[in-house]
Amino acid sequence: MSRIIKFLYWLRDWVGARFPLMQLWNDHLGKYYAPKNFNFWYLFGALALFVLVIQIITGIWLTMNYKPAAELAFASVEYIMRDVEWGWWIRYMHSTGASAFFIIIYLHMYRAMLYGSYKKPRELLWIIGMLIYFTLMGEAFFGYLLPWGQMSYWGAQVIISLFGALPVIGDDLALWIRGDFVVSDVTLNRFFSLHVIALPLALCGLVGAHLIALHEVGSNNPDGIEIKDYTGADGLPLDGIPFHPYYTVKDIVGVVVFLIIFCMVVFFTPEAGGYFLEHNNFIPADPLKTPEHIAPVWYFTPFYAILRAVPNQFAGVVAMGAATVLFCFLPWLDRSPVKSIRYRGWKYKTALALFTISFIALGWLGLQAATPTYTWMARFFALIYFLFFLAMPFYTSSDNDKPVPDRLT
Amino acid sequence: MRRLTYFIMLFSVTNMCWSAGGDGRMMHVDVDLSDKKSLQRGARTFVNYCLSCHSAAFMRYNRLGKDLNISEDVLKKNLMFGTDKTGDTMTVALNRQEAEKYFGVAPPDLSVTARSRGADWLYTFFMTFYRDPSRLTGVNNRAFKDVAMPHVLWELQGWQEPVYKEVINRHGNITRVIDYLEVVAEPVDKPTPYQDEDYERTVRDLVNFMVYLGEPVKLERKTIGAWVIAYLLVLLILVYLLKREYWRDVH
Repeated sequence: MSRIIKFLYWLRDWVGARFPLMQLWNDHLGKYYAPKNFNFWYLFGALALFVLVIQIITGIWLTMNYKPAAELAFASVEYIMRDVEWGWWIRYMHSTGASAFFIIIYLHMYRAMLYGSYKKPRELLWIIGMLIYFTLMGEAFFGYLLPWGQMSYWGAQVIISLFGALPVIGDDLALWIRGDFVVSDVTLNRFFSLHVIALPLALCGLVGAHLIALHEVGSNNPDGIEIKDYTGADGLPLDGIPFHPYYTVKDIVGVVVFLIIFCMVVFFTPEAGGYFLEHNNFIPADPLKTPEHIAPVWYFTPFYAILRAVPNQFAGVVAMGAATVLFCFLPWLDRSPVKSIRYRGWKYKTALALFTISFIALGWLGLQAATPTYTWMARFFALIYFLFFLAMPFYTSSDNDKPVPDRLT
Repeated sequence: MRRLTYFIMLFSVTNMCWSAGGDGRMMHVDVDLSDKKSLQRGARTFVNYCLSCHSAAFMRYNRLGKDLNISEDVLKKNLMFGTDKTGDTMTVALNRQEAEKYFGVAPPDLSVTARSRGADWLYTFFMTFYRDPSRLTGVNNRAFKDVAMPHVLWELQGWQEPVYKEVINRHGNITRVIDYLEVVAEPVDKPTPYQDEDYERTVRDLVNFMVYLGEPVKLERKTIGAWVIAYLLVLLILVYLLKREYWRDVH
């Protein structure tokens, strides 16, 4: 054995005697047994973590040159785009990363709905995941103000004014959030602070908790069968394989495929046709000039369509909030004894298909001008959206679920 | 609460269309950033006609020179009028308050206008100034109704006048709308021999330059991207083989 290897072993043992290094490694990677039948849908957890790292690293570099002041913000972004070496690349990674994060998180959540990953014993894991999602929405919202373009400014103005719709405390609450009577330098400064310190800190903590909770209860899988129930003589799950090296090498393939798509956007079409970077956001914020069209970024449009679909404003805000919060109750709304869609009956399959169509349709409608036809369509799809959750106890408890095999297929 | 109503109303007109105040007919232009000659001609038109009122305050002259293969000498002699430091940005001497007095609105900075408006809109804008005696500047524009800007390029285009046609509108009434624009006075500053396409080409070059101006790195971004993707494809083969090797034990 060479000296260097010997030294590394010594170092490992030296640290190990003072810090549970090997234990952490084994608990979370080396001896964390994951079901051997993970499919495509199981990539998105690792990808979300990867994008979080991209966002944090590019964010650190952007912060080095960005100026969180109303007078300077827009110009400092253009400074990054032009005068900072590779600044454009860092900025496009960050802006594309924001949209990529939401695509990945939506697919990650959808996976849980396909395979019943939120069901017992993973309820808390799911709740922590939802908290991550809410934090991410806040993070995206705060970050979107920073370029200080017209869409940044008026988008923030609109979303903050939603809080103003709350009875009694509404106006004071909106004022408290803005720190001013309109979105201003004060607002920008505090949003910057929240975007670069408070929420990333919360995100990292929650992601840590999410992983700890996951590794405590173990991963679900496309069959929705607990692999811990069938262990060999050595006490290890018969259908499990160590996360490292098997899933690390598999996830690396997923990461590279993701990077190819990601880089195609970053290098070839960073605006993504106005969906990732809105055209009007290249006009500096002007508090005196309201743009003709204020469009929220695509990842908020399903909820925005629901807001618009409700004639009463306060009820609209409540419906919009409910549309996001209802996910938290899935573990208890779902009464089926079966986890995976593979063994579910026709009722849940139909309900999930209708929900999927509604979510996409609402997302599309949220981007369009609200004509009477579109508003009625939004109402129709919003109804299906809510029925998916509210009728769930009934259709899942009476579904013709198929028998679940004992072992992974 | 009332403010919310107001915003919801604003939100309701949300539309993916982002052109401002025109009559909707957009002309199309093919820009080609690889055409350095076109970019150079566009830069010349830009500094001669636009930069006297509009700034491009995020763009540095030396970046322009480097990207467009213009030597420092030529740059200083032909393109820089306000400053002699090539590291300066393309600012304008015109005072904003004064400008507001002249035009009613300060001419906006043009650094990223091509990114907010798009090339087609800019092309349509430059092509569709027409005589309108009701306006203070004597002109109106089909892409930007009641624009405050005078027809700065009239020496190159000449004057256009609208030809109207009668149509039946939504309410069943007959209204007069502009059918097309007709050149009624030839340009003063015309090259010999003069051809109609000369102005079109000038505008195309100008728009091409403004697209470059909006995002200078666009010149090289896609080339870098091609290398990045090529690298990732090779990496994909390697990591896939690695995965297959490990997973032999599982299958």
